[in-house]
Amino acid sequence: MEGIVYLYNEIKRVQNNSFPMKILVCISHVPDTTSKINFTDNNTKFDQNGVQYVINPNDEFGLTRALWFKEQQGASVHVITVGDAQCEPTLRKALAIGADEAIRVAVPATDGLVVAKALAQIVSEDDYDLIIAGRESLDYNGGMVPGMLAQLTGFAFVNTCIKLDIDHGKALAVREIDGGKETIEVALPLVIGGQKGLVEESDLRIPNMRGIMQARSKPLHVKELTPVASTATTLSYEKPAPKEAVTLVSGVDELIDLLHKEAKVL
Amino acid sequence: MSVLVYAESDQGIIKKIAQELISYGRALADQLGTTLYVAVMADVGTQNLAQYGAQQIVHIEHEALQSFSADAFAQAIAQSAKSVEAEVVLVSSSANSRYLAPMLAVGLDAAYVPNCTQLPLSTSPFQVTHSVYTNKAEATTEMTSAVKLIGLAKNAFGVSHFEGTAQTTSLTPDLNPSKCHVSATDRATDKVMIADAEIVVSAGRGLKGPENWHLIEDLAEVLGAATACSKPVSDLGWRPHSEHVGQTGKPVASNLYIAIGISGAIQHLAGINSSKVKVVINTDPEAPFFKAADYGIVGDAFDVVPELIEKLKQFKTLNA
Ligand SMILES: Cc1cc2nc3c(=O)[nH]c(=O)nc-3n(C[C@H](O)[C@H](O)[C@H](O)COP(=O)(O)OP(=O)(O)OC[C@H]3O[C@@H](n4cnc5c(N)ncnc54)[C@H](O)[C@@H]3O)c2cc1C
Ligand SMILES: Nc1ncnc2c1ncn2[C@@H]1O[C@H](COP(=O)(O)O)[C@@H](O)[C@H]1O
Repeated sequence: MEGIVYLYNEIKRVQNNSFPMKILVCISHVPDTTSKINFTDNNTKFDQNGVQYVINPNDEFGLTRALWFKEQQGASVHVITVGDAQCEPTLRKALAIGADEAIRVAVPATDGLVVAKALAQIVSEDDYDLIIAGRESLDYNGGMVPGMLAQLTGFAFVNTCIKLDIDHGKALAVREIDGGKETIEVALPLVIGGQKGLVEESDLRIPNMRGIMQARSKPLHVKELTPVASTATTLSYEKPAPKEAVTLVSGVDELIDLLHKEAKVL
Repeated sequence: MSVLVYAESDQGIIKKIAQELISYGRALADQLGTTLYVAVMADVGTQNLAQYGAQQIVHIEHEALQSFSADAFAQAIAQSAKSVEAEVVLVSSSANSRYLAPMLAVGLDAAYVPNCTQLPLSTSPFQVTHSVYTNKAEATTEMTSAVKLIGLAKNAFGVSHFEGTAQTTSLTPDLNPSKCHVSATDRATDKVMIADAEIVVSAGRGLKGPENWHLIEDLAEVLGAATACSKPVSDLGWRPHSEHVGQTGKPVASNLYIAIGISGAIQHLAGINSSKVKVVINTDPEAPFFKAADYGIVGDAFDVVPELIEKLKQFKTLNA
């Protein structure tokens, strides 16, 4: 499958040098960070009670960059989520901000590889030039779906991407590395694991009334797939034991002494 | 069957996280009753790896691997793992390892669990614990794939010391060229990096303005620490974005994190709470950081920090 998608895209690019890119933005639907994390059913399930769900912040930066490509370069923007019907309001929000179409893959998002394989299946049925995902999601913190998807589809991959420009099928991406950054030249098709920097926080959009109304008539396709078997099954969760109270110290001498003798970090 | 560690290096020197990972790998190999193989790039000398627990060393030799490239490295590590029939493959949590690991997982058709915090709870069935929900919970996950890929969380396992020597074999992988071409690198070499730092000194809006940051830099210098800041501080342009830590910034997992004039908002704590020891210095005893910290001083940074710098200098001379 990977070879075919790759070749198809290569041929298309040679034949037709003028773009409109087709962009797919992968959205994970996550509890807002300020949510209280609790578990039910004997600590085997995440407790959704009173939890506010949002577009994963890294994905929101990526989506906003995708909309820039739409407005400046005529790209089309699809958003996709693997998960149950509860994710649909999150997709509608992405449509209200400006995405053209949404896809929900009706497969339980049990682990990263299952999600990546489901996404790869959808990607193989279309001709996307660019896939924008987030560096990691706030819930599972896997940081694994984008790289797996790239490897499964044969697309190039740039992780921790903080800047992305594209011209005639060539991307110039800046990646954050430990202690600095590097600039990468890479041909499409491409998957990125994006984060803040792709756009600034002040560029993020809040859906307005008109956008919300328009989103109602935009397509939201539900795709049924037979999921692959999961090979990483989470059995239970545990919250860390409540922390001991802080030791308040009156002066600097005492602090240094405690850090040296008790905490042994100096 | 065996365990394979990919030990990262920088200009021929094994990184500290790689030493930790080798020790973890050795403990896991002992638990499984098997051998620990350590894969390193060819520029790394192999002599000293046995002291951290390596039993066999795989020297990966290929000119395309002279500088980091995630897709090429992932292919090379996958081939090393296959050559030693590894059942478990281990990588660290550095930015580069987090980049290559998902590609490596697909190459090995392995389940991948990052952020593991300790040795597997059991190896048959294979169950690991790892942190999720930005460190607000730990999950226990059962891995059933034939090959398992584990990412060790930063600072989760110390370095152990072993006697003995390790044998080295060479492997020249068969590589498809990397799709990505690095055209420029911009990296501060003189500063301690947040990702590698044992100690991080971080400050927030309580410091009032960028002109006061010499206090933070001086303190970091005495401690050999990296400097960091809260989000508003980088948003205001007082400090570069690369210093912003927290949920939307860099994660910190240092031994010691010192927070000065930072209130301790949940989004800030989400990024730093896997640090081992946390110290807060804040004028407001009600600041939420006091609930998250191990040690705290209620006081004015402009009084406490200069004194701390002086006293630490004395401490360093005495303990040198
Ligand atoms: C979606 C989202 C994501 C976010 N992500 C992050 C993130 O990644 N990282 C992050 O840091 N924040 C993040 N934030 C912002 C976060 O909520 C807080 O607003 C921020 O951390 C506060 O920064 P601060 O502690 O520097 O400033 P303040 O909250 O203004 O606190 C300043 C503190 O300094 C103390 N102080 C004042 N004067 C002195 C003095 N002379 N000496 C000592 N102490 C003094 C005060 O008592 C106060 O506690 C995020 C927010 C949102 C909504
Ligand atoms: N269920 C999902 N559906 C669509 N995209 C996802 C899903 N889970 C993760 N992703 C994408 O992969 C990125 C990294 O997620 P993770 O590997 O879970 O940390 C997210 O920021 C999303 O862009």
